[in-house]
Amino acid sequence: MLSARLRSQVVYRGSFAGDLLAQALLSVTEFVEVYVLLHNAPVFGGMTLVQACVVYGLSSMAFGLADMVFGQLDTVNVAIRTGQLETLLVRPVPLLLQLITADVQLRRLGRVSTGLLIYVWSLCYAQVPLDGAGLALIVSAPLAGMLIFGALFVAAGSLQFWLIDGAQAGNTITYGGRYVASMPAGALLLPVRVFFTFVVPATLVAYVPAAVLTGAELVWPFQPAMAWLGLPVAVLLWAVVGLLWRAGVRRYTGAGG
Amino acid sequence: MTNTEPSRLSRVRALWELAAASFRRQLRYRVAIVATMVTNVVFGLVRASLLLAAVAGAGGMIAGYDALQASTYVWLGQCLVGVIPMWASSELAQRIKAGDIAVDLLRPVPPAGGWLAAELGRAASALLVRVAPMLALGAITTGLAIPGHAGDWLLGLLSVALAVTLAFQGWLLVNLAALWVLEVRGYLNLYMIVMNLLCGLFVPVSWFPDWLYAITLATPFPSMFQAPINVVLGTGSPWLALGVQLAWVAGLGLATQVVLRRGLTRMVVQGG
Amino acid sequence: MAIIETSALTRDYRRRRGTLRALDALDLSVRAGEAIGYLGANGSGKSTTIKLLTGILTPTAGTVRTCGLDPVPARRRLARRIGVVFGQRSVLWWDLPLWDSFAILAAMHRLPEGVWRPRVAMLVEELALGEFLAQPVRELSLGQRMRGEIAAALVHAPELLVLDEPTIGLDVLSKNALREFLQRERNERGTTLFLTTHDLGDVQRLCERMVIIDHGRAAFDGTAADLARVTGAERVLVADLAEPVDSLDLPPGARLDAVEAAGHRVRLSFRPGEVSAAALFASVAGQARVDDLTLTEPAIEDLVARIYTRSAE
Repeated sequence: MLSARLRSQVVYRGSFAGDLLAQALLSVTEFVEVYVLLHNAPVFGGMTLVQACVVYGLSSMAFGLADMVFGQLDTVNVAIRTGQLETLLVRPVPLLLQLITADVQLRRLGRVSTGLLIYVWSLCYAQVPLDGAGLALIVSAPLAGMLIFGALFVAAGSLQFWLIDGAQAGNTITYGGRYVASMPAGALLLPVRVFFTFVVPATLVAYVPAAVLTGAELVWPFQPAMAWLGLPVAVLLWAVVGLLWRAGVRRYTGAGG
Repeated sequence: MTNTEPSRLSRVRALWELAAASFRRQLRYRVAIVATMVTNVVFGLVRASLLLAAVAGAGGMIAGYDALQASTYVWLGQCLVGVIPMWASSELAQRIKAGDIAVDLLRPVPPAGGWLAAELGRAASALLVRVAPMLALGAITTGLAIPGHAGDWLLGLLSVALAVTLAFQGWLLVNLAALWVLEVRGYLNLYMIVMNLLCGLFVPVSWFPDWLYAITLATPFPSMFQAPINVVLGTGSPWLALGVQLAWVAGLGLATQVVLRRGLTRMVVQGG
Repeated sequence: MAIIETSALTRDYRRRRGTLRALDALDLSVRAGEAIGYLGANGSGKSTTIKLLTGILTPTAGTVRTCGLDPVPARRRLARRIGVVFGQRSVLWWDLPLWDSFAILAAMHRLPEGVWRPRVAMLVEELALGEFLAQPVRELSLGQRMRGEIAAALVHAPELLVLDEPTIGLDVLSKNALREFLQRERNERGTTLFLTTHDLGDVQRLCERMVIIDHGRAAFDGTAADLARVTGAERVLVADLAEPVDSLDLPPGARLDAVEAAGHRVRLSFRPGEVSAAALFASVAGQARVDDLTLTEPAIEDLVARIYTRSAE
């Protein structure tokens, strides 16, 4: 089922290469933003350029992976409006699974590879100690980040059952989350930092692990042990958004679109 | 001759009606407006955070921006997000491919003018709902340094109109590539990514490293976003900014006309 | 055994001002193997009924059982046992070859190779899908796609086939081959057919039982012959003639309404209970050479109005 979807994308090879390139370029321009800020301020939110690069690379990779799989949930409102959701509901496969597999966006690999490149390069440059704990964090952090962003996509998708015309609001937690996660959280105003840690856990994706890996000083309220919070938080978040999604579907069958 | 040219006045009137219809259409989607505002505010707070932190990290001043001006730049920018067309919609290219463009050509107004009128109407409604809440929020949260003179605001408004026109022209030119190439979406994506970076959406263009700044100034992109902010903020001469904008509008307008004429001739000759 | 059983099934929609009752205490029982035509004008409650039967919508009051299941909580289990064709929306994968859609659906229904391959081969054969099986769905013509949609709904050999307003495929539905295929499918597998439409012509060919719904209530439930008798509704036959005529000798039950286009076109109305369309046509063809003909069914609004006047008398 999945393989068929992937095949249909690579069929249009020319435009696929263009899309791949566009995704990579998009990721580069986001990086330029980080670069420009640090070009003007040598220390930004308690981090140097190399440390900020670790944050950016890590978050970009995690978001790219999540976007590739879950990015499709952006268009739940379109499926509701066109009635396509009804055709999915009369099939014996969970709705969420059908929506996700409807369009796995291979072109997002463009972003993932740029992120990976910057991540690996900056980790080397920062001379991160490669002990057991360090390696475990380097490998697990992108996966935890992907799970967190994935859950945020599902949460934003669920909200669309209530806000059919206002699907934009969900961007606050998905694309807003990506934006915040790509920057050193020390640069955020306190209320923004608190919101994007305890409500939308974007700062836990990249900033805290990167700071612990590179030995940057953490700002309040972060502690070094929180670098390992990624996976447990992702699990907790998935439990919550799972309920939210079910409530959304129930709302749809209750109200009838 | 029985076929009299419609008077210039009636043509302007037709364009005005198109703009007004587009204006009213946008205001009908209330939930969408609120949702956009929520997103705008959150992004505004994040961006203000980052710029303030950068100014602090640089010792209180970057390229003529102090903390208050950086904050003002962000909130003026948030007024313009969603006003300046800077998304990769290939709507027009699809109309061309589907042949629907014939409908636009049958209307008694010049096609590019009609599309621009609709775009300006949309932008006006977007600006109307954004300005007050964004500036109020900015003033409460991170502070604003805005001019008290009505004249400065009027110049700013003129600059916004020119920026919308210019961004629309750029978008139109890329879309018109559909008259020649099979699929424009890739080009449009690339164009929009570059435009978003160089127009001053993320950081003021004067913050760029010298080499990037030099490249940026040679493009029309700063005139699409940074220019109106500079005019209101009082950075540099407003007349110079407006002059540069006008020159680009004239240049791209000419290019659009040439491309449109050639493309349509081709379409008519080859039958789409 | 009843495959569909509703009792006082009611559904309200909340609107900005008050509530709208889309379905009002519907009692409906459909036996397994029946072919039922569910007719109603737009907004009469047809789609609401379908959504309630398939578990897409929760009832406001009353109960519904489809294949013995409560549709909403058992939606996915029910999905394995029913097939739905949405006339307006495609369930096929747009940019993939038609064949892939069948394979994907088989995977979704977790059918073993040994089951679905022969089943799909049979559907391809019966519905004549062979020549465009390798083409992406977006390149198919409307009629080809509709046949594909019907096959897609039948891949998992459902007990109940729901055809929701297959308007765009009318020409397909009226084709004999398809009618015979659905008939065989019913005879061999006992498949139940539930067809909703606002066009009387559709159901007369496929279904022996008809339910007419109006304002959320069943206004009529019976056979096609019953309906004709109750309403006395007339069908209209328009014939284009090669040579003009002034008048025609018609069998009893038929009437000449008008002669148009300088005698080249005649408009005849007739009561289906008294004379068949075939007999009428034979009678006309015996008196003049016929170039072309169209048969018009009474509008559903018309039938409903007649049912109400009858019951008021």
